[in-house]
Amino acid sequence: MADIPSSELGAGQTLAVRAQALLAQFGKLPVLMLIAVTWLGFMLAVAILADLITPYPYTQMDLHNRLSSPVFMGGDWAHPLGTDELGRDVLSRLIASIRMSLLIAFGATIIGAVIGVTLGFVAAHFRGFIEQIVLALVDFSAAIPFLVLALAVLAFFGNSIVLFVCLLGLHAWERYARIARGLAISGNAQGYSAAVHQLGASPLRLYGRHILPNIASTLIVSMTLAFPEIILLESGLSFLGLGVQPPNTSLGNMVGFGREYLSSAPWIMLAPAFVITITALCISLVGDGLRDKLDPTLT
Amino acid sequence: MLHYLGTRLLRATVSVVMVVTFVFIVLRMSGDPAVVIMGADAPPEAVDAFRTAWGLDQPIWVQYLSFFKAIFSGDLGQSMRDGRDAVAVVLERVPSTLALTVPAFLLNVGIGIPAGVYAALHRNTAIDRFVMVMAVTGFAMPSFILAMLLVLVFSVNLGWLPSAGQDSWLNAILPIVTMGFGGAALLARFTRSAMLEVLGQSYIRTASAKGLSWSAVVWRHALQNAAIPTVTIIGFMLGGLVAGAVVVESVFSWPGVGRLLVVSVSNRDLAVVQAIVLMIALTMVAANFVVDILYGLLDPKMQSQTRPARA
Amino acid sequence: MTASQMPLLSAQDLARTYSIRRGMAGRVTNVRAVDGVTLTIARGETLGLVGESGCGKSTTARLVLGIERPDEGQVRFDGAPMPGSGSPGWAALRKRMQLVFQDPLSALDRRLPVGLQIREPLEIHRMGTPAEQNARVAEVMEEVGLQPHHADRHPHALSGGQRQRAVIARALVTQPDLLVCDEPISALDVSIQAQVMNLLVELQERLGMGMLFVSHDLRAVRQISHRVAVMYLGRIVEEGAPDEILHAPAHPYSQALVSAIPHPGKTARRIVLQGDPPNPADRPPGCAFHPRCPVTAMRCRTETPLLKPRPSDGRRVACHVAQGEVAPGHVGQLELS
Ligand SMILES: Nc1ncnc2c1ncn2[C@@H]1O[C@H](COP(=O)(O)OP(=O)(O)OP(=O)(O)O)[C@@H](O)[C@H]1O
Ligand SMILES: [Mg+2]
Repeated sequence: MADIPSSELGAGQTLAVRAQALLAQFGKLPVLMLIAVTWLGFMLAVAILADLITPYPYTQMDLHNRLSSPVFMGGDWAHPLGTDELGRDVLSRLIASIRMSLLIAFGATIIGAVIGVTLGFVAAHFRGFIEQIVLALVDFSAAIPFLVLALAVLAFFGNSIVLFVCLLGLHAWERYARIARGLAISGNAQGYSAAVHQLGASPLRLYGRHILPNIASTLIVSMTLAFPEIILLESGLSFLGLGVQPPNTSLGNMVGFGREYLSSAPWIMLAPAFVITITALCISLVGDGLRDKLDPTLT
Repeated sequence: MLHYLGTRLLRATVSVVMVVTFVFIVLRMSGDPAVVIMGADAPPEAVDAFRTAWGLDQPIWVQYLSFFKAIFSGDLGQSMRDGRDAVAVVLERVPSTLALTVPAFLLNVGIGIPAGVYAALHRNTAIDRFVMVMAVTGFAMPSFILAMLLVLVFSVNLGWLPSAGQDSWLNAILPIVTMGFGGAALLARFTRSAMLEVLGQSYIRTASAKGLSWSAVVWRHALQNAAIPTVTIIGFMLGGLVAGAVVVESVFSWPGVGRLLVVSVSNRDLAVVQAIVLMIALTMVAANFVVDILYGLLDPKMQSQTRPARA
Repeated sequence: MTASQMPLLSAQDLARTYSIRRGMAGRVTNVRAVDGVTLTIARGETLGLVGESGCGKSTTARLVLGIERPDEGQVRFDGAPMPGSGSPGWAALRKRMQLVFQDPLSALDRRLPVGLQIREPLEIHRMGTPAEQNARVAEVMEEVGLQPHHADRHPHALSGGQRQRAVIARALVTQPDLLVCDEPISALDVSIQAQVMNLLVELQERLGMGMLFVSHDLRAVRQISHRVAVMYLGRIVEEGAPDEILHAPAHPYSQALVSAIPHPGKTARRIVLQGDPPNPADRPPGCAFHPRCPVTAMRCRTETPLLKPRPSDGRRVACHVAQGEVAPGHVGQLELS
């Protein structure tokens, strides 16, 4: 499946050479891709530097300055993106939200990939009955809208940020499981896998050291494709008041609270809505580009 | 074909069993089901009655079996809020939800498929680009944001349409448009790539080389073959529609099942949540089963045991 | 039997049948890939196994290594029965028996530098400290004729011959007692084949390990082997010293194989085999070779000949005619060209 032409993944290259090649590639990207990558880099920087660049603490209230407009709607530069109903600086909240949302999405994507890949490998290794169980689980989670399952779990177990991240992690596990199983089976049919097996290697070594690196590019592509979905899911649940809870804030959570002030202070909701949409767009653009480059067989 | 039907039926059954098991496990893991379902401040006699009725004093596998029995006799406990039968509470909301989802689904299919086909046939034209931009936007913009933007424009600024409630048919327009757009975008994108793939196949080139007119080629060969993957994605879209209903009904305060679910989750009205989850899950399994059958009817080869991954 | 007399490897009556299901209708075809193979390999001895494609050579190799379990028969290594594939005992045995594959490119993980892959068996079997492992890798690389800087290369950055040297190095790094080579040169360019053959001959002599050398090329087998077994449709039909088989093949199939070897200035006529190529899913009764045999007698169609020493000169051959049990059938089928 994931047959990457070996010449493309230059082998004897040192890291420096690879980095250079990467930079050169960056220069050759289509404009749209360039913009997308730049935006994502910007978001990442914002998330990492949140504490340094935030103009105010994101929970700090300024009751004299409630619902003040952003600069482009006649406000002043003290609050470039305006303030919310409690006089909290929207820009500061946006920065904190970006960090929270990205953190959750990263955590959840990684959890999903780990679970999915593990189960996929287990299915590929044991085949037979165990494989059927995994496939039935895959069918099950593909058949039911994840939002509904998530809501059920949140209803029964209540909410905490850890549970929430784990829950979102379950979002795309079946996709990774399916990919990992398929690729591991075809990997197992290949010579190198038989060779390593006959060296006496444990399954752990075979899958961890050999098969995983060989299918990594496909997995990374599908992680990139699932990442925006998780951002959207997180913001959807938080919007419904069932995700991130105050005093924490996330992008969806901001939109949700901004909804009350849609007519009087639309900027509260517009700023995070813009960030969500553009970020999801950029990640899927980059994901599509990566897919075309690394693994055109993936849908 | 019979074999195919058999395996599909088996898989659907397995899915049903897994759904029920999932709810059973979640329920057991979150505490004493009697208390969870009846609510913490339910009268002790009621809780005891519930325990006996559900056989909670029995060994776990007996409980598991009677859980099945309870589910298929439609007895899913009472709503915590008004003590009414949970299933009845849910069922009375179904028409409202259908009033949104059915038109939205028609909109999905009615716009998405023609747009995708058109874009594929006119690849790299302005219209193709437009369709793709809309499709990508439809994916990246979550329905709650689209919903709020529509409210901002059509209710707040223009004042044309109401933003919440269920007072007249005008109330339904914005929710339907919101749900219709996202699904149509997804479907357009998918149809386009399915069409492009089919058009690139050798038999299409052969057919047109044999002198069949292009429109005949498109109608007779390309559309039929592109329909196969498209049907699969429609099954997947139903799930999106349900999820969309949850969000959109909440935004527009539309009294459907989705909003009921969100409210019940917030209130931890677990009997209702359980009833909704089971109903949605069973509907989805049934819908996927139908899609599988359609798929089997459409795919002339019928040799593939597994249907392609849902994109 | 003392330890030194006991063969390194002995296989008794190995049989392996694969079931292949065709399509969804699910008709199962049984392919008897190996059908009663008995062989032994002594320490320091090379046994060559020849036969045409599909006759079950690779399957025999897998059975001998314990990678697959035979349906019938038994493999004993160093006197002890072969543990089940994947079991700890089996895994531990891997450092004593190794396999060299036909296609070196697919036998290597193309994501890893070959140096790491050569080292891997040492890591798996926890042999030595990291420093000792490095030293051993350098040593074995030199033995197989690889330059030290090749260690950092990925497989596709090596030539075909270098890759196969890397595979051989990986197999030898644990100093195994038995090396199984499954067509180690047939995927290589003709120009490199001789080099790799010479390397294998030299390594076998120097390291003194037992070796099973599988090939469809009788000349290659002859160059390296102390003893040769000829295989046809899952059975060994003749076994003996390389020169005997090459110069005076006893079995009609061996005769056909030998006659197919091109020789400069060769005058002998080439025997072209009649009939369909063998199909292990549809094994003829009696001697499996009889439909193509130029000297088929009546008895060959019904009774399977056993591999046994022939009365006249003690050579081991499974053929009623060669054993002198029946008179050769009509020679008319022998097509001379
Ligand atoms: N895993 C398997 N499943 C089903 N059939 C198999 C399997 N492995 C081998 N066979 C069949 O068994 C027969 C012998 O195969 P084997 O690979 O041992 O032949 P071979 O002598 O090594 O041939 P070659 O020279 O082409 O490598 C063939 O007909 C093959 O199709
Ligand atoms: Mg072979």
